[in-house]
Amino acid sequence: MPEKLDITEFNRETLDLVNKIIKRYPEGRQKSALLPVLHIAQAENQGWLSSETMEYVASLLEIQPIEVFEVASFYSMFNLQPVGNCVIEVCQTGPCMLKGSEEILAHFENRLGIKSGETTTDGKFTIKTVECLAACGNAPVIQVGTEYHENLTTQKADDLLEKWQAENKNSHTNPYL
Amino acid sequence: MAEQILLKNIDVPGLASFEVYRKLGGYSSVEKVLKDFTPDQVTSEVTKSGLRGRGGAGFPAGMKWGFIDKKTNNPRYFVCNFDESEPGTFKDRHIGQLNPHQLIEGMILGSYALGARNSYIYIRGELFYVLRIVEKAIEEAYKNGFLGENIKGSGYSLDLYCQPGAGAYICGEETALLESLEGKRGNPRIKPPFPAVVGLYGCPTVVNNVETIAALPWIINNGGEAYASIGIGNSKGTKLISACGHINKPGIYEIELGLPVEEFIYSDEYCGGIRYGHELKAVVAGGSSVPILPASLILKTATGEPRLMSYESLSEGGFVSGTMLGSGGFIVMDETTCIVKNLLTFAKFYHHESCGQCSPCREGTGWMEKILHRIESGHGTMKDIDLLVDISKHIEGNTICPLGDAAAWPVASAIRHFREEFEDHVKLQKCPF
Repeated sequence: MPEKLDITEFNRETLDLVNKIIKRYPEGRQKSALLPVLHIAQAENQGWLSSETMEYVASLLEIQPIEVFEVASFYSMFNLQPVGNCVIEVCQTGPCMLKGSEEILAHFENRLGIKSGETTTDGKFTIKTVECLAACGNAPVIQVGTEYHENLTTQKADDLLEKWQAENKNSHTNPYL
Repeated sequence: MAEQILLKNIDVPGLASFEVYRKLGGYSSVEKVLKDFTPDQVTSEVTKSGLRGRGGAGFPAGMKWGFIDKKTNNPRYFVCNFDESEPGTFKDRHIGQLNPHQLIEGMILGSYALGARNSYIYIRGELFYVLRIVEKAIEEAYKNGFLGENIKGSGYSLDLYCQPGAGAYICGEETALLESLEGKRGNPRIKPPFPAVVGLYGCPTVVNNVETIAALPWIINNGGEAYASIGIGNSKGTKLISACGHINKPGIYEIELGLPVEEFIYSDEYCGGIRYGHELKAVVAGGSSVPILPASLILKTATGEPRLMSYESLSEGGFVSGTMLGSGGFIVMDETTCIVKNLLTFAKFYHHESCGQCSPCREGTGWMEKILHRIESGHGTMKDIDLLVDISKHIEGNTICPLGDAAAWPVASAIRHFREEFEDHVKLQKCPF
């Protein structure tokens, strides 16, 4: 498991971005910034939302922590448990299945020695199955951070894994940057 | 080739930049409208065009705008539904990624017509890389005076923002989208009141799909009547069809509504036929929610007429022998496809995406997934097949939003048209494929 890294607060630059986002909504409607801010917070907290992180987000938006938790637990992009440095999200819905997504998933599982939903012992990779990524014309499709990889084959999957291993891939980057 | 309203310049290098888009005549509709049109005249052109919502419901856009409550002193909002998540649908991403200014131009037109001061584009969170492209284009539009205070000296001001979702199909339902935009769980609201009366922050709001909005500049430039002269019957204009599955040329095609389905599947201009010379088995014509049809019924209606790519023709025969145009997510399956297995992935999808508010959907989608899993893995019984039909009937029409129907229709239609295949799974105690 990766080291537990609870963010205690955003740096100046990130706070500026958050304040810019809050200004997009009418006065008193700063809760609208919750999804964007949770995306940023998750990226800064190694890809997951701890209770502390959610409390911090609540304080920033002047809402109750429960309002953050009930939202974070609803949306599938938010992880409420620690994940690996590089989260590989494999689409499993019909159009990808028709084009061999099961084989792609099995290939990642075999190569990394883990099942979907698990993280490698070195904390480098997590495999997650996801529902339709809206790129069905180029199925099978996977997502890593904000990157899509399309028309996947087992060969392409190997090439990607090799690249990610070599560069110590971290898929948790501020999605706005 | 059909008139290209949405994809005309899509291959022009640098189209996503303001400079290139503007050189190709971009934003001229905004200049025209701000100079010569009252907001109601814009709505009138859209009504005349016959443009229908391209997200899936096919509701006339002009009529939807007409419902907006203009008498209140509350602000009004125009919101773009870019939560493209219906399995088989990948057309909006194409516009956002390659032609974001056409979407922005349409947003300005719609906002002006509705009298919105602030507008939002809600983009599914997985497409953050597209959100960044759209945000960059918005920034350019500000720099060039097409957004912000007093646009081109007209006195009209508009601010436009992007908002990410975070992985929830249900947020493509417009009231769930508005909840999500308010920073809440994406639970659909009970209608009425409709968003045109009580929408974002309790204010009058119109939500339109990306493709609908991107068609607006052409309609303003060429007139509603010109748009209405394209297409067939009440299916006016062009439609993006995102074709995937077992075809030679998966991709996004802009068709004139009324194109024969057979031509769409087999012509080299479109899907280019079935892969490896295989036989066509079935098609899901409008995104995963619409009824699946076997080859015989997608190519011809039950009365033997050629089936056309239009709202009316695809739905001819009702759910007994027809389907829907939906979002234009066209999923093609060849003879090697196991209908049960494909259906299982859809059932799993709807179970995963049910928001949980209504028990028929929350529980029923899970039951259907479990039973289909049982049948597919060779442990099903003949009774299970009828049980599936029974559950689908109890979900349909009994939920706050259409997700329940969307989950029920694929199951009911697959059994209606491919019952033997379910029975084979039971008899053989395994998947025959």
